[in-house]
Amino acid sequence: MTIATGTIKAGEPVFYVVDEHDHPEGSSTQLGFWIYLMSDCLIFAILFAVYGVLGAKYAAGPAPKDLFDLSLVAVNTSFLLLSSLTYGFAMLSMQQNRVGAMQGWLVVTGLFGLAFLGIELTEFAHMIHEGATPQRSAFLSSFFTLVGTHGLHVTFGLIWLVTLMVQVKRFGLIEANRRRLVCLSMFWHFLDVIWIGVFTFVYLMGMLR
Amino acid sequence: MSSDVHAHADAHQSADDHAGTRQGQLIGFGLSVVLTAIPFLLVMSGSLDKQVTALIIMAFAAVQVVVHMVFFLHMNTKAEGGWTMMALIFTIIMVVIALSGSLWVMHHLTTNMMPVHEMGQTP
Amino acid sequence: MFDTANLTKLIFGRLTLESLPLHEPIIVGTFAMVALGGLALLGALTYFRLWGYLWKEWFTTVDHKRIGIMYMVLGIVMLLRGFADALMMRLQQAIAFNGSEGYLNSHHYDQVFTAHGVIMIFFVAMPLVTGLMNYVVPLQIGARDVSFPFLNNFSFWMTTAGAVLVMCSLFVGEFARTGWLAYPPLSNLSYSPDVGVDYYIWALQVAGVGTLLSGVNLICTIVKMRAPGMTMMKMPVFTWTSLCTNVLIVASFPVLTAVLALLSLDRYIGTNFFTNDFGGDPMMYVNLIWIWGHPEVYILILPAFGIFSEVTSTFSGKRLFGYTSMVYATVVITILSYLVWLHHFFTMGSGASVNSFFGITTMIISIPTGAKMFNWLFTMYRGRIRFELPMMWTVAFMLTFVIGGMTGVLLAVPPADFVLHNSLFLVAHFHNVIIGGVLFGLFAGIAYWFPKAFGFKLDPFWGKMSFWFWTVGFYFAFMPLYVLGLMGVTRRLRTFDDPSLQIWFVIAGIGAFLILLGIASFLIQIAVSVLRREQLVDTTGDPWDARTLEWATSSPPPAYNFAFTPVIHDNDAWWDMKRRGYARPLTGFKAIHMPSNTGTGVILAGLSTTMAFGLIWYMWWMAAGSFVALLAVAIGHTFNYHRSFHIPADEVVSVERARTELLVAGAKS
Repeated sequence: MTIATGTIKAGEPVFYVVDEHDHPEGSSTQLGFWIYLMSDCLIFAILFAVYGVLGAKYAAGPAPKDLFDLSLVAVNTSFLLLSSLTYGFAMLSMQQNRVGAMQGWLVVTGLFGLAFLGIELTEFAHMIHEGATPQRSAFLSSFFTLVGTHGLHVTFGLIWLVTLMVQVKRFGLIEANRRRLVCLSMFWHFLDVIWIGVFTFVYLMGMLR
Repeated sequence: MSSDVHAHADAHQSADDHAGTRQGQLIGFGLSVVLTAIPFLLVMSGSLDKQVTALIIMAFAAVQVVVHMVFFLHMNTKAEGGWTMMALIFTIIMVVIALSGSLWVMHHLTTNMMPVHEMGQTP
Repeated sequence: MFDTANLTKLIFGRLTLESLPLHEPIIVGTFAMVALGGLALLGALTYFRLWGYLWKEWFTTVDHKRIGIMYMVLGIVMLLRGFADALMMRLQQAIAFNGSEGYLNSHHYDQVFTAHGVIMIFFVAMPLVTGLMNYVVPLQIGARDVSFPFLNNFSFWMTTAGAVLVMCSLFVGEFARTGWLAYPPLSNLSYSPDVGVDYYIWALQVAGVGTLLSGVNLICTIVKMRAPGMTMMKMPVFTWTSLCTNVLIVASFPVLTAVLALLSLDRYIGTNFFTNDFGGDPMMYVNLIWIWGHPEVYILILPAFGIFSEVTSTFSGKRLFGYTSMVYATVVITILSYLVWLHHFFTMGSGASVNSFFGITTMIISIPTGAKMFNWLFTMYRGRIRFELPMMWTVAFMLTFVIGGMTGVLLAVPPADFVLHNSLFLVAHFHNVIIGGVLFGLFAGIAYWFPKAFGFKLDPFWGKMSFWFWTVGFYFAFMPLYVLGLMGVTRRLRTFDDPSLQIWFVIAGIGAFLILLGIASFLIQIAVSVLRREQLVDTTGDPWDARTLEWATSSPPPAYNFAFTPVIHDNDAWWDMKRRGYARPLTGFKAIHMPSNTGTGVILAGLSTTMAFGLIWYMWWMAAGSFVALLAVAIGHTFNYHRSFHIPADEVVSVERARTELLVAGAKS
């Protein structure tokens, strides 16, 4: 914005903007979305705190060592990491206005996300089958809730991803869609950051106990 | 309208900022792989003392979070006039307070209030 | 093998005819009154053909000013409900002596005190505070709307949806009987198997979404949309306190969401977070909910501090004393409010080290608050004070709040707290700070900004009536509770054995009755002001000779707030403009870009209500159906890319010309 002074004598204070532009739409979106992510981060912080306090209350039930399969978690982690990379490539393609390549990378990202969810659900099913249900002990309640909440976020991320792909296909890489892709990118990478906490504090530290 | 063009350029640029470079993405990914693999290997092999391992994997996690912030989320002190960084720092403080506070408070509660025979269960 | 009973259960869940409280004459009477009043209102709206107007101009609006006003209306309506609960409690406690059971059975009484707390905090104080921030902040920073106008509308309707659920619980089923924070194990399924706690959980979850989003929205607005020249240290103090409040909202409401989600998992799928078995720990709930709960107190009081700052400096005709220290005090309070939560449960047994840490942080937080108090006093010192209504509320606040603050510091001493914990002393303390601080602040704010919103002042006579009834009533109602608390009477009791206590409860009851007169006077004040609006009219847009930017535009402000975005040179921007000969621009108007109205917010909030209702009553089809619809509508909304329009330059010209004529006419008379 420029403060035009053409009609006003020099030395006199300027009290309003004469030559005004429209406020660019969506100029607050990225900051707003970031602040939302920060609040989401606090939800996870509370779930981590609950896990920290209750995570060793096995109630004579199964402990991490009886349940976790670290190689499965490693595979899962690598899927999520790869999806972060492919989303990054999608953003690079967007920057170069290569819609086809971008959609391709988004598909790959979505598939990695799906694979991640698939493995997580298999793990859950396996645990529940063995009697390690969320109701069994406070440890299992907090484990399922923390990991499940992360999984739920990934699920919503996937729904969002598909929606955005449809919108890009229908309306092209217009400004609004670019903005949304950036937001989803922040969301996706944020979930990755949360997952670092999950595999470190839940799985790896759990195996050390 | 000229203002639309102006707005377009603005938003476009911030979106570009957010994409980073291919090189940056790959470096970030490479670092993440290393920072993930080492903790997994340490725990799976069980070669080190448990406490040492715990400290190491926590340190690796902290570094990896920073790596993700820098290479994937493109955090810097200048974006949005520094407000994103400010929000992040504030959030980290809140997370630390809520996490460590809860653990501290609840640990003392357990120590003080639980019957002696259950003490063995506390971590 | 599908018999009728199973089918009914599938459709209605656990909702049966017995769920309707037909056996409670008080509730049936209330219901009859509400139903009659509601029918009359609906009839009148239909008769005067106002539905279209309301829908187009208000329900679907994205104008921050109208949304602000709707928040205020919501808050005032819910104040009547919350206060009715208070009166019932006072009456019960005043008569339940000498073997008398009073007139409320325990089932009903426990709901009343729970509903009173929940409603007053979440659906009175929060909407009123949010409403004022919504109305005033964009005007104070010289913006035309908030950052996310649609979200603003959506937030309002989510808050309303929460209020609707709480009201629903009055007539369909029951409300929680657990106290306003629903501590487990009492709130667990084993001890509260009915729908009460579920109503509580879902009302707060739905309203919480609204609160969180409006927090994000206002932070972005303040950070990104300030007029040129308004640096952070040139923001009006109310904007500063609003910023800090919204930071607190965004940083604390997620905690409430998470902890209530865990409680609902315990209740719905049988996890063991807060149970007594299988390793669950009820005290973890108490710990977590106060991590939200203490910042919540500051969410309410900080905007009130901002209002007092604006009012004091305007009515003293002076710049605010110690602006910088005021800002720093606000920021320090914001941070410190996260470090004191354990003082709500010193008696839990965390031991000396933990208790002394939190006791000390609690005492420290009174220092910045005290600094603020001195700043207001020094602002008044040697000022030309005009004792208009907002200033009267401010003075009453200073006297009352200091008492509440001091009893607070007293409670911060852990050994003292062990004696006073859960007593009526505590009840007196927090009413002392919430009524004496937040509510007085809100009344000051309403009296101060009402002429801005409607173009005429509030009637001073009925305002003063309201003021005196409220203040005197407050002291009558709560000073006896301090006494009773010191004598060891605990809170939430329904009947008493010791007849010597009765006189104090009778005095408190008289106080509550005086407050009733205060609320009545407030409503009469609004009615009288509307009727006398010709005499009370203000054409200048600046009836108080005020200092900040919201007074630079007309009253009520046009949809676009400012025809030209103002440029700021001073903390008291409007004062500076007046002093240095600002001339209102009369030509050169341009088309103005504004967001369009949308009904999506209403629809989403409506679907959230039905989803919550389905979850509360185990009508799974309804919950699932609403959820799918919710998702579909939300996604559908994102396919609408045309969310703004331009107010044509001609229209701006004609609106501004009308204002010019008004100003000229005003100057002549």
